[in-house]
Amino acid sequence: MLNILSELLAYDFIVRAVAVGLMVSLCASLLGVSLVLKRYSMIGDGLGHVAFGALCIAVAFNMAPLLVSVPVVITAAILLLKMRDNLRIKGDAAIAVISSSALAIGIIATSLTKGMNIDIYNYMFGSILAMDDQDVYLGMGLSVAVLLLFAVLYNVIFTVTFDEDFARATGLNVGFYNTLIAVLTAVTIVVGMRIMGTLLISSLIVFPSLTAMRLYSSFKGVVICSGIVSTICFFIGIVISYSFDIPVGASIVVLNLAAFTIFFAAGSLRKYF
Amino acid sequence: MTVLEAENVSVEYDGVPALKNVSFRIEKGEYLAVVGENGSGKSTLIKAILGLTELSSGMIRLNGGIKKSEIGYLPQQTEVQKDFPARVDEVVLSGCLASSGIFPFYASKDKKLAVNSMELLEIASIRKRSFRELSGGQQQRVLLARALCSAKAMLVLDEPAAGLDPLISSEFYFLLRKLNEEGLTIIMVSHDIEAAKENADKILHLGTNIFFFGSADEYLRSETGKRFSGENAKYSK
Repeated sequence: MLNILSELLAYDFIVRAVAVGLMVSLCASLLGVSLVLKRYSMIGDGLGHVAFGALCIAVAFNMAPLLVSVPVVITAAILLLKMRDNLRIKGDAAIAVISSSALAIGIIATSLTKGMNIDIYNYMFGSILAMDDQDVYLGMGLSVAVLLLFAVLYNVIFTVTFDEDFARATGLNVGFYNTLIAVLTAVTIVVGMRIMGTLLISSLIVFPSLTAMRLYSSFKGVVICSGIVSTICFFIGIVISYSFDIPVGASIVVLNLAAFTIFFAAGSLRKYF
Repeated sequence: MTVLEAENVSVEYDGVPALKNVSFRIEKGEYLAVVGENGSGKSTLIKAILGLTELSSGMIRLNGGIKKSEIGYLPQQTEVQKDFPARVDEVVLSGCLASSGIFPFYASKDKKLAVNSMELLEIASIRKRSFRELSGGQQQRVLLARALCSAKAMLVLDEPAAGLDPLISSEFYFLLRKLNEEGLTIIMVSHDIEAAKENADKILHLGTNIFFFGSADEYLRSETGKRFSGENAKYSK
C-alpha cells in the first residue's frame, strides 16, 4: 500500500489530479446536499453534457478549454434554474433536452474538424492525465469559494434548501443564493468532468449526500459526512484506478456505490436495534 | 391600529385572474380567517401578502412600522420536506434567520427564542429528533414553532390543519387561539369553514362571484355565511 502511494505521488500529473480531484469531490459533495434535497440531482448530469459540448467546440477551434466551458456551463446552469421556475417546461425535461443537444453539437463540431479521437474518449469517461496548472488554480479558487459559502452562509443554505417559500417570505434573497449555488456547481462540473468524465461526473454530486442521508438525520451531520465520504472515495478510487489500470472515473463511482451500500445496510440494521 | 391594509388587490397568472379586487384590513391582535373553495385564490392572497407573488393591480400595505421580517409564516408542507434530514431544533431555529441581519449567525437570544417557542408548543422534548420521522401533527407544531420565531408582529398560516386528523387539528386551532389571546395578530387560510367561524374574529370569504369581508357574527347572518355553514359546510370540506 505504501509502495503504491509513494509511486503515485512521484508523478507530477497524478499529484495534480489528486489535488484537484480532492478539492472537486469536496465541493461537489457539499453543493450536492442542497441540490439533491431540492430535487436538482440531474443538474450535474445535464451540466456535464453541456461541458462536454463546450470542450469539443473549444478543442475544434483551438481555444482554451476552460475559457470556453466555464462561461458556457455557468450560463446553462442559470438557464436550467430559471426553467424550473417556469412551469411550461418541467425541469427534468429541460435537462434532458439540453443534455442531448449539447452532446450532439459537441460531437458534430469534433467530427467535422479533427475527427473522433482520444480527447473525446477522455471527455466521456475521464482521464487522470487531463489536469494542468490552470485546473489546480481553478480548483483551489473553487474550493475556497465553496468552503466560505458553507462556513459563512450555512444557516442561509439550510433555510433556503428546507423551505424556499418560507425563506422568501421572511425576506431572504432566495434567487441570489440559488444562482450562487448554480454557478459554483457549474465550475465544479467543468473542473471535475475531465477527471470523472461527462457520463460519471454527476455521481460526485449525488452519491455522497445520498450515502450520508442513510445514517445522519441532521442537516449538519449530512453535510459533514458527505464531504468526508466523498473525499475518501475519491482518494481510494484513484489508488485503485492506478493499481489495476482501470479508468479513474468508473473506479470512483463504484467506490461511491460501495459506500452507499454499506451506509444503506447500516441504516437499515439500525432500525431493528 | 390597522396593521395590514389591502385595497383592490388583483393577481393574474399568465393573464388568468387568480384574485380579483380584494379589499380588507386587519387590526392589531385580530384573528382573520380566509375561507373559500379550492382555486378561489386563498393561497394566492397569502403569497401576495408575503410578497411572494406580484400584484397586477391594487396594493397591500403593512402599517405601524411592521417589517417583512417580523411576519411568521406557516406554509403548506412541501414534497421536499418529507425526507429532509433536519433536526427539529435546526428547523425551529431557522425561523430566527430573517432577524439576524447581514451576518447570518444565531445569537444566544435567537437560541433562547427557539427554545421558548418549542416549549410553548410542547415539542421541546423532541428537539433532537429528525423532522422526517415525526407524525403530521408534530411536524406542523415544529413548523409553527419556526413561524413563531419570526412572528414578532403577525402570523400567517396557509391551511394549518391540512392532513391532520380531527383531534389533532382541533388541538392545533386551540393553540392558535391561545396565541391570539396573548396578542398575536393572525391571518389563517383554511377551507374548514366551521373552524374559521369558531375561532376567528373576522372572515374573508373568497370565491367566484362571492365576496364577504366582516366579523364572524356578521358572516353567520350573511347569505354567503348561511349558504356555506351548517349542513352544507360538511359536504364542502
